[in-house]
Amino acid sequence: MLLMRYLSEDDVRSLQKQANAIRQSIIEMLVAAGSGHTAGPLDMADIFALLYFHVMRHDPQNPDWDERDRLVLSAGHICPVLYATMAHAGYFPVEELLTLRQFGSRLQGHPHRTALPGIETSSGPLGSGLSQAVGMALAARMDNPYTAQSIYCVTGDGELQEGQIWEAAMLAGKEKLHNLVTIVDRNGIQIDGYTKDVMPLESLRDKWESFGWHVQEVDGHNVRQVNDAIGKAHSIYAQPSVIIAHTIAAKGVDVFERDFRWHGNPPGKGPEDRVPRDKQAAVALEKLRTLGGSIEAADR
Amino acid sequence: MLHESLDPNILTDDAEVAHTRDGFGRGLVAAGEDNPQVVALCADLTESTRTHLFAEQFPERFVQVGVAEQNMASVASGMAAMGKVPFIASYAMFSPGRSWEQVRTTIGYNEANVKIIGAHAGVSVGPDGATHQAIEDIALMRVVPGMTVLAPVDIHEAERMVRWAATYEGPVYIRIGREKTPVATKRESTFEPGKALPAYTVDEATVTLLSTGTVLGSVLRAAVSLNEQGVATNVYHFASVKPLDTAALDTIAAASQLIVTIEEHQVAGGFGSAVAEYVAANEPTKVVRLGVQDQYGQSGTPAELLAHYGIDADTIIGTVTTHHA
Repeated sequence: MLLMRYLSEDDVRSLQKQANAIRQSIIEMLVAAGSGHTAGPLDMADIFALLYFHVMRHDPQNPDWDERDRLVLSAGHICPVLYATMAHAGYFPVEELLTLRQFGSRLQGHPHRTALPGIETSSGPLGSGLSQAVGMALAARMDNPYTAQSIYCVTGDGELQEGQIWEAAMLAGKEKLHNLVTIVDRNGIQIDGYTKDVMPLESLRDKWESFGWHVQEVDGHNVRQVNDAIGKAHSIYAQPSVIIAHTIAAKGVDVFERDFRWHGNPPGKGPEDRVPRDKQAAVALEKLRTLGGSIEAADR
Repeated sequence: MLHESLDPNILTDDAEVAHTRDGFGRGLVAAGEDNPQVVALCADLTESTRTHLFAEQFPERFVQVGVAEQNMASVASGMAAMGKVPFIASYAMFSPGRSWEQVRTTIGYNEANVKIIGAHAGVSVGPDGATHQAIEDIALMRVVPGMTVLAPVDIHEAERMVRWAATYEGPVYIRIGREKTPVATKRESTFEPGKALPAYTVDEATVTLLSTGTVLGSVLRAAVSLNEQGVATNVYHFASVKPLDTAALDTIAAASQLIVTIEEHQVAGGFGSAVAEYVAANEPTKVVRLGVQDQYGQSGTPAELLAHYGIDADTIIGTVTTHHA
């Protein structure tokens, strides 16, 4: 059984600092690309920092290491947070982030497994990542019924409207995949609006529980809560686990937060009611460098 | 004359008949014995697809996913990412029919080492009717980059293909049928991927019949009849639609005034389209494609349906007579 390492105050501060650096990189790469998704990547920065800098067994110098934990990004469109986190973790130079979505880049608009070492699967069409994570967990367990190798899957919340998610959830429940942990980015938004208007998802807890999953709900910006939940997930016997991470869409840049119109637009092309377009990138970076999600803010 | 690797009975009504799906089932068990990484997944059609033979032999390596073909494709992709060699089996209409995007993105684009077995392909599924008769699957799989597309002629070739696919690194689609079909090849033959078989050849043929899958018996009988009528006709069997044996096509097209393709599939996008696309660009020759002509299937006996859709010896003979000057 894998026990999650305790997070000291210093660890928490270090992770918050990483998350802030990741958020700044997300803004910079989206601005350079001129397209892409803003809200999801920003609001998942804390969880990605926790996964790559504390939780997962992985080696940026040896991305194909057989024993590594796997992270399947089912919500492929939030890949800026995956790329930025991987770059900060040492998989590739941080400067390469600015090639996002450009011709010839290893940082495709949606992740491509064979383009960039460390990417576990190509994703973007929603709903299929969880199935692949289920397959990985099944395969790991076939090789070793007591495997400590963990498969993490990150999904969006709008993504849970895909039927394939529930096909995968049903199989994971049937197979009692203890080595599978799914984290849902419950930010409440999707392209067309708020999830409660587009297609209500509640009661999410009841849905997952009825499919045989162990369910926890956490504040997705509190790395200690998320860390504890992952530890708990690993201690659950004979059940797959889902952690519903309640996040604030576009967390870290207060003038972007909680607005569904930031789902699929980069700074410079977002809604103008709070910040004019020509100022959006600069304002976002300034917010991140000072208060909006910075270490100083976290200390208050 | 008939190729030496083929059973002479294939030219008669006395040919032995057998299920290509039994060839799959046998081949999968053999592949499982050869390689402990081979696993199988099935979507509630275990006995019908003959996956049960593997499931009984290797229960710990079999995953029953229930009626969920899209999930099955992507679960297999995840298992392949961990080093397994997954075979996924269902009816072709549902896998890869329903699961096309999952096959394209999570198997094809990922270069995942997954083998897709599409059973009950073609109109010869019979009484189940159009909903269950996959006549688009070759087209769907042919457009996925990196996908190998195979259609065995009989039970023995199906077994050979499955065993070969288990040793090949990359996605493979194998379409098999429901009904018993004539046994054309000998069990001990070898499978050479991407190679067409000159099934029946005569001197100075000006007409060449090309087919894929289990229709070879009808095609051979048509060729014998045409040769008797004085129309020198050759027959090639293409077990592999992709990669296509272009070297054979170069030779065929250079020597032929007329090429006729025959398949139990829509003529749009299928084997005949692949032939026509290559020949048009490289050795322009008249290509007439026989198969389902932009229609759906329907209920009936396999013989009634194959005759109705023009996938039989009489239609081949009539087509050659019409088009060959």
